[in-house]
Amino acid sequence: MSAIERPVVKPRPVYLNLPKIRLPLPGIVSILHRVSGAVLFLFAIPVLLAAVGASLASADSFAALKSLFAHPLAKLVLLGFAWAYLHHFCAGIRYLLLDLHRGIELEPARRSSVIVLVVSIALTLIVGVRLW
Amino acid sequence: MVTRRQAVGAHYGLKDWLVQRLTAVVMALYTLLLLAVALWNGGFDHALWKALFGSGAFRLASFLFMVALLYHAWIGVRDIYMDYVKPAGLRLALQAATVALLVAYLGWTIQLLWGVKA
Repeated sequence: MSAIERPVVKPRPVYLNLPKIRLPLPGIVSILHRVSGAVLFLFAIPVLLAAVGASLASADSFAALKSLFAHPLAKLVLLGFAWAYLHHFCAGIRYLLLDLHRGIELEPARRSSVIVLVVSIALTLIVGVRLW
Repeated sequence: MVTRRQAVGAHYGLKDWLVQRLTAVVMALYTLLLLAVALWNGGFDHALWKALFGSGAFRLASFLFMVALLYHAWIGVRDIYMDYVKPAGLRLALQAATVALLVAYLGWTIQLLWGVKA
Protein backbone atom coordinates (compact mmCIF):
# COMPACT_ATOMS: atom_id res chain seq x y z
CA MET A 1 0.00 0.00 0.00
CA SER A 2 1.41 3.35 -0.96
CA ALA A 3 1.68 6.17 1.50
CA ILE A 4 -1.14 8.06 -0.14
CA GLU A 5 -3.65 5.20 0.06
CA ARG A 6 -2.87 4.40 3.67
CA PRO A 7 -5.53 5.76 6.05
CA VAL A 8 -4.29 8.54 8.27
CA VAL A 9 -6.19 7.33 11.32
CA LYS A 10 -6.55 3.74 12.49
CA PRO A 11 -9.94 2.23 11.75
CA ARG A 12 -12.07 2.61 14.84
CA PRO A 13 -15.55 1.30 15.62
CA VAL A 14 -18.12 3.81 14.43
CA TYR A 15 -20.92 2.39 16.55
CA LEU A 16 -21.08 1.11 20.10
CA ASN A 17 -21.23 -2.67 20.03
CA LEU A 18 -22.30 -3.52 23.56
CA PRO A 19 -21.05 -7.16 23.69
CA LYS A 20 -17.66 -6.07 22.28
CA ILE A 21 -17.00 -3.29 24.78
CA ARG A 22 -14.51 -4.42 27.42
CA LEU A 23 -14.96 -2.19 30.44
CA PRO A 24 -12.09 -1.55 32.84
CA LEU A 25 -12.76 -2.63 36.45
CA PRO A 26 -13.94 0.80 37.64
CA GLY A 27 -16.33 0.76 34.66
CA ILE A 28 -17.72 -2.62 35.73
CA VAL A 29 -18.26 -1.28 39.26
CA SER A 30 -19.96 1.76 37.74
CA ILE A 31 -22.44 -0.10 35.52
CA LEU A 32 -23.20 -2.58 38.33
CA HIS A 33 -23.87 0.41 40.60
CA ARG A 34 -26.47 1.57 38.08
CA VAL A 35 -27.95 -1.91 37.55
CA SER A 36 -28.16 -2.59 41.30
CA GLY A 37 -29.78 0.79 41.86
CA ALA A 38 -32.40 0.06 39.20
CA VAL A 39 -33.12 -3.37 40.74
CA LEU A 40 -33.52 -1.82 44.18
CA PHE A 41 -35.89 0.85 42.85
CA LEU A 42 -38.01 -1.50 40.71
CA PHE A 43 -38.29 -4.52 43.01
CA ALA A 44 -36.72 -4.07 46.44
CA ILE A 45 -38.64 -0.97 47.58
CA PRO A 46 -42.15 -2.47 47.12
CA VAL A 47 -41.03 -5.80 48.63
CA LEU A 48 -39.48 -3.96 51.59
CA LEU A 49 -42.67 -1.97 52.27
CA ALA A 50 -44.93 -5.02 51.89
CA ALA A 51 -42.66 -7.08 54.16
CA VAL A 52 -42.48 -4.41 56.87
CA GLY A 53 -46.26 -4.08 56.69
CA ALA A 54 -46.80 -7.83 57.11
CA SER A 55 -44.18 -8.06 59.85
CA LEU A 56 -45.91 -5.37 61.93
CA ALA A 57 -49.56 -6.30 61.30
CA SER A 58 -49.78 -9.25 63.71
CA ALA A 59 -47.82 -12.14 65.19
CA ASP A 60 -49.52 -14.46 62.68
CA SER A 61 -48.58 -12.39 59.64
CA PHE A 62 -45.03 -12.10 61.06
CA ALA A 63 -44.84 -15.90 61.19
CA ALA A 64 -46.40 -16.21 57.71
CA LEU A 65 -43.80 -13.83 56.31
CA LYS A 66 -41.05 -15.84 57.99
CA SER A 67 -42.22 -19.08 56.40
CA LEU A 68 -42.60 -17.34 53.02
CA PHE A 69 -38.99 -16.15 53.23
CA ALA A 70 -37.95 -19.71 54.17
CA HIS A 71 -38.83 -20.88 50.64
CA PRO A 72 -35.65 -21.49 48.57
CA LEU A 73 -36.87 -19.27 45.70
CA ALA A 74 -37.66 -16.44 48.12
CA LYS A 75 -34.22 -16.86 49.65
CA LEU A 76 -32.68 -16.55 46.19
CA VAL A 77 -34.59 -13.30 45.58
CA LEU A 78 -33.53 -11.98 49.01
CA LEU A 79 -29.93 -12.92 48.24
CA GLY A 80 -30.19 -10.97 44.97
CA PHE A 81 -31.53 -7.94 46.84
CA ALA A 82 -28.76 -8.33 49.43
CA TRP A 83 -26.10 -8.26 46.71
CA ALA A 84 -27.73 -5.26 45.01
CA TYR A 85 -27.88 -3.35 48.30
CA LEU A 86 -24.35 -4.29 49.35
CA HIS A 87 -22.81 -3.54 45.97
CA HIS A 88 -24.66 -0.22 45.79
CA PHE A 89 -23.55 0.53 49.38
CA CYS A 90 -19.86 -0.31 48.86
CA ALA A 91 -19.61 1.35 45.44
CA GLY A 92 -21.42 4.39 46.87
CA ILE A 93 -18.84 4.74 49.66
CA ARG A 94 -16.11 4.53 47.00
CA TYR A 95 -17.78 7.37 45.07
CA LEU A 96 -18.07 9.48 48.22
CA LEU A 97 -14.32 9.01 48.79
CA LEU A 98 -13.57 9.82 45.14
CA ASP A 99 -15.67 12.99 45.53
CA LEU A 100 -13.43 13.88 48.48
CA HIS A 101 -10.44 13.33 46.13
CA ARG A 102 -9.37 10.18 47.94
CA GLY A 103 -7.79 7.61 45.65
CA ILE A 104 -8.43 9.35 42.33
CA GLU A 105 -5.14 8.24 40.75
CA LEU A 106 -5.41 5.35 38.28
CA GLU A 107 -3.84 2.63 40.44
CA PRO A 108 -5.71 3.37 43.71
CA ALA A 109 -8.95 3.77 41.74
CA ARG A 110 -8.46 0.33 40.16
CA ARG A 111 -7.58 -1.19 43.50
CA SER A 112 -10.62 0.31 45.25
CA SER A 113 -12.91 -0.98 42.48
CA VAL A 114 -11.57 -4.50 43.09
CA ILE A 115 -12.12 -4.01 46.82
CA VAL A 116 -15.76 -2.96 46.16
CA LEU A 117 -16.42 -6.06 44.03
CA VAL A 118 -14.75 -8.46 46.49
CA VAL A 119 -16.18 -6.97 49.70
CA SER A 120 -19.74 -6.78 48.39
CA ILE A 121 -19.63 -10.39 47.17
CA ALA A 122 -18.05 -11.54 50.47
CA LEU A 123 -20.76 -9.77 52.50
CA THR A 124 -23.42 -11.26 50.20
CA LEU A 125 -21.98 -14.72 50.92
CA ILE A 126 -22.24 -14.03 54.66
CA VAL A 127 -25.90 -13.08 54.15
CA GLY A 128 -26.35 -16.27 52.13
CA VAL A 129 -24.87 -18.38 54.93
CA ARG A 130 -27.23 -16.67 57.40
CA LEU A 131 -30.18 -17.34 55.08
CA TRP A 132 -29.47 -21.07 54.62
CA MET B 1 -35.05 43.21 44.36
CA VAL B 2 -32.68 40.95 42.51
CA THR B 3 -29.23 42.41 42.82
CA ARG B 4 -27.17 39.53 41.43
CA ARG B 5 -28.29 37.13 38.75
CA GLN B 6 -26.64 33.87 37.81
CA ALA B 7 -25.55 34.19 34.20
CA VAL B 8 -25.94 30.49 33.46
CA GLY B 9 -27.82 27.55 34.88
CA ALA B 10 -30.31 27.07 37.67
CA HIS B 11 -27.93 24.74 39.54
CA TYR B 12 -30.43 21.89 39.63
CA GLY B 13 -27.56 19.60 38.75
CA LEU B 14 -25.35 20.66 41.64
CA LYS B 15 -28.24 20.52 44.13
CA ASP B 16 -29.27 17.02 43.01
CA TRP B 17 -25.67 15.83 43.05
CA LEU B 18 -25.32 17.06 46.62
CA VAL B 19 -28.71 15.67 47.75
CA GLN B 20 -27.83 12.27 46.26
CA ARG B 21 -24.74 12.15 48.47
CA LEU B 22 -26.37 13.49 51.64
CA THR B 23 -29.26 11.03 51.35
CA ALA B 24 -26.72 8.23 50.82
CA VAL B 25 -25.03 9.12 54.11
CA VAL B 26 -28.41 9.16 55.92
CA MET B 27 -29.25 5.69 54.54
CA ALA B 28 -25.81 4.31 55.41
CA LEU B 29 -26.14 5.50 59.02
CA TYR B 30 -29.64 4.01 59.35
CA THR B 31 -28.41 0.72 57.87
CA LEU B 32 -25.61 0.53 60.43
CA LEU B 33 -28.06 1.41 63.24
CA LEU B 34 -30.47 -1.36 62.24
CA LEU B 35 -27.60 -3.82 61.83
CA ALA B 36 -26.29 -2.91 65.30
CA VAL B 37 -29.73 -3.45 66.85
CA ALA B 38 -30.06 -6.81 65.06
CA LEU B 39 -26.60 -8.02 66.12
CA TRP B 40 -27.09 -6.76 69.70
CA ASN B 41 -30.33 -8.74 70.07
CA GLY B 42 -29.29 -11.71 67.95
CA GLY B 43 -32.05 -11.14 65.39
CA PHE B 44 -35.68 -10.10 65.72
CA ASP B 45 -38.76 -11.87 66.95
CA HIS B 46 -42.20 -10.31 66.54
CA ALA B 47 -42.32 -8.80 70.04
CA LEU B 48 -38.94 -7.10 69.72
CA TRP B 49 -39.71 -5.94 66.17
CA LYS B 50 -43.02 -4.44 67.33
CA ALA B 51 -41.35 -2.80 70.34
CA LEU B 52 -38.70 -1.30 68.05
CA PHE B 53 -41.36 0.28 65.82
CA GLY B 54 -43.24 1.34 68.95
CA SER B 55 -40.43 3.78 69.69
CA GLY B 56 -41.16 7.25 68.33
CA ALA B 57 -37.47 7.92 67.75
CA PHE B 58 -37.07 4.76 65.67
CA ARG B 59 -40.20 5.58 63.65
CA LEU B 60 -38.81 9.03 62.92
CA ALA B 61 -35.42 7.56 61.94
CA SER B 62 -37.20 5.07 59.66
CA PHE B 63 -39.22 7.87 58.10
CA LEU B 64 -36.03 9.86 57.50
CA PHE B 65 -34.48 6.77 55.89
CA MET B 66 -37.45 6.30 53.56
CA VAL B 67 -37.53 9.97 52.53
CA ALA B 68 -33.79 9.77 51.82
CA LEU B 69 -34.27 6.51 49.89
CA LEU B 70 -37.12 7.82 47.73
CA TYR B 71 -35.38 11.14 46.96
CA HIS B 72 -32.13 9.24 46.20
CA ALA B 73 -34.03 6.84 43.95
CA TRP B 74 -35.64 9.74 42.09
CA ILE B 75 -32.26 11.30 41.24
CA GLY B 76 -30.79 7.96 40.17
CA VAL B 77 -33.75 6.90 38.06
CA ARG B 78 -33.97 10.35 36.46
CA ASP B 79 -30.28 10.04 35.52
CA ILE B 80 -31.00 6.67 33.90
CA TYR B 81 -33.89 8.16 31.88
CA MET B 82 -31.73 11.10 30.79
CA ASP B 83 -29.02 8.70 29.58
CA TYR B 84 -31.13 6.13 27.74
CA VAL B 85 -34.56 7.57 26.95
CA LYS B 86 -34.19 10.20 24.24
CA PRO B 87 -37.80 10.88 23.03
CA ALA B 88 -38.97 13.78 25.18
CA GLY B 89 -42.58 12.61 25.48
CA LEU B 90 -41.67 9.11 26.62
CA ARG B 91 -39.09 10.46 29.05
CA LEU B 92 -41.62 12.89 30.53
CA ALA B 93 -44.20 10.11 30.88
CA LEU B 94 -41.69 7.85 32.63
CA GLN B 95 -40.58 10.66 34.93
CA ALA B 96 -44.17 11.51 35.85
CA ALA B 97 -44.99 7.85 36.52
CA THR B 98 -41.86 7.52 38.66
CA VAL B 99 -42.68 10.60 40.73
CA ALA B 100 -46.24 9.30 41.26
CA LEU B 101 -44.90 5.90 42.32
CA LEU B 102 -42.35 7.37 44.73
CA VAL B 103 -44.93 9.69 46.32
CA ALA B 104 -47.28 6.70 46.67
CA TYR B 105 -44.46 4.77 48.38
CA LEU B 106 -44.07 7.71 50.78
CA GLY B 107 -47.77 7.55 51.60
CA TRP B 108 -47.48 3.80 52.16
CA THR B 109 -44.50 4.42 54.46
CA ILE B 110 -46.45 6.92 56.58
CA GLN B 111 -49.37 4.46 56.82
CA LEU B 112 -47.01 1.70 57.95
CA LEU B 113 -45.18 3.80 60.51
CA TRP B 114 -48.04 5.68 62.12
CA GLY B 115 -51.01 3.47 61.27
CA VAL B 116 -49.83 0.62 63.47
CA LYS B 117 -52.17 -0.30 66.31
CA ALA B 118 -50.28 -0.71 69.54
